[in-house]
Amino acid sequence: MAEEVKLFRTWSSPFALRVVWALQLKGIQYETVLEDVAKKSDVLRGYNPVYKKVPVLLHNGRPISESLIILEYVDETWKQHSLLPQDPHARAMARFWAKFGDDKVMQSIWTAFVSEGKEQEAALAEASEHLQKLEEELRGKKFFGGDNIGYLDIALGWLANLVRVFEEISGLRVLDGERFPLLFAWLKEFSDAPVIRDCWPSHDKLITKFIALRQLHGAQSSST
Amino acid sequence: MAGEENRVVLHGTRVSLYSARVELALKVKGIEYELVEEDLMNKSEALLRFNPVHKKVPVLVHNGKPIAESLVIIEYIDENWKEGPRLLPQDPYERAKVRFWAGFLHQQLFEATASVIKTDGESQERAVKEVHEKLKMLEEGIKGSYPGGSPFVNGDNMGLLDIVVCSLFGPHKVQEEVLGVKFLDPEKHPRVTSWVKALNELPLVKEVTPPHEKLVGALQCFRNRALESAAA
Repeated sequence: MAEEVKLFRTWSSPFALRVVWALQLKGIQYETVLEDVAKKSDVLRGYNPVYKKVPVLLHNGRPISESLIILEYVDETWKQHSLLPQDPHARAMARFWAKFGDDKVMQSIWTAFVSEGKEQEAALAEASEHLQKLEEELRGKKFFGGDNIGYLDIALGWLANLVRVFEEISGLRVLDGERFPLLFAWLKEFSDAPVIRDCWPSHDKLITKFIALRQLHGAQSSST
Repeated sequence: MAGEENRVVLHGTRVSLYSARVELALKVKGIEYELVEEDLMNKSEALLRFNPVHKKVPVLVHNGKPIAESLVIIEYIDENWKEGPRLLPQDPYERAKVRFWAGFLHQQLFEATASVIKTDGESQERAVKEVHEKLKMLEEGIKGSYPGGSPFVNGDNMGLLDIVVCSLFGPHKVQEEVLGVKFLDPEKHPRVTSWVKALNELPLVKEVTPPHEKLVGALQCFRNRALESAAA
């Protein structure tokens, strides 16, 4: 029986993109099911009743949700091109920083992007503090995974994708080469890697999407 | 002299549910460790050095190397000490299920219960409603994922998911006393309620649980501080 691997995703979800990268790096054949974030299919809701979100990986009929959990599943199921290191302490560090990326870095950069004035200043300052910690983690390494792209590069890959978009729209300076030379170099190395480069969502479409999201957020906060 | 080799030190405190999780994991595995009791209002220099990013408990220091974040620590414990009981199942799909529900408890249910603790009046009523809704999701999820009852079936050793649910709802009597609200309802959440009850009976759990009055005091203190700063 042929193995059935399906990935439910949207065209732009950075979380779903993590799974795309993992599957591509491991050379796994899979089928994409494109979802519309405004009108999610009943099938998706059935596979992820708790969060009703992408990504969902369906492997031989069994669904797995939450992108970082899916990454671990993919790494444990298909052993080629390991994403997580072998050493338990190194694995713990990769997981720690991935969580930090989602909880702290993403939060602060997003807040800086959608807010104004003092709130924006504070968020930017916070984001810079967090980025500095990631900068230190890259010391002596080409990728967070060492010589090759690994779990943490994939988990933080949204930085390479979205920070440019946010900076272009807002005029903010979030991740520049002066303050964060290693991260800046990593953005380019990561984006230029063949597997990563082939899966990039359209820059122009992303600009349009996030201009709209930013306006929506601004409109929501000013109507109180 | 042994020095740092194989030395396991946990910076934590038993009134912290996160710290309690790590102690449970160490005990399930039968790992000898030293508990450095931290005062959360006056954190040690060592703790701040070992966890400069979050400055929180728990931090596990093994062979001189620190690891923070309770769920990350528990997976480390499972992967580093391969002999003895497993904290996560072997099969990748079963592991994903455990991680999913542990994450749901850790993020969704924890946040919702924290809201109940930190609010009163109408806000609290809304927060309680949210906890009940999420407990219902957990109940449904456990029913679907573990048709036999719960992950902790047949009295096998506690695993990651048991540890997380126990840390959050094990002290439900303390929560009821301080907050005047009931989280676990045996009629609405029969599986989760009986699961927590079974876990609370375990000697290992009793070992790391402080006396009822101490937990009541700690929770009351936490709630008072939160209500004060909200009113300020």
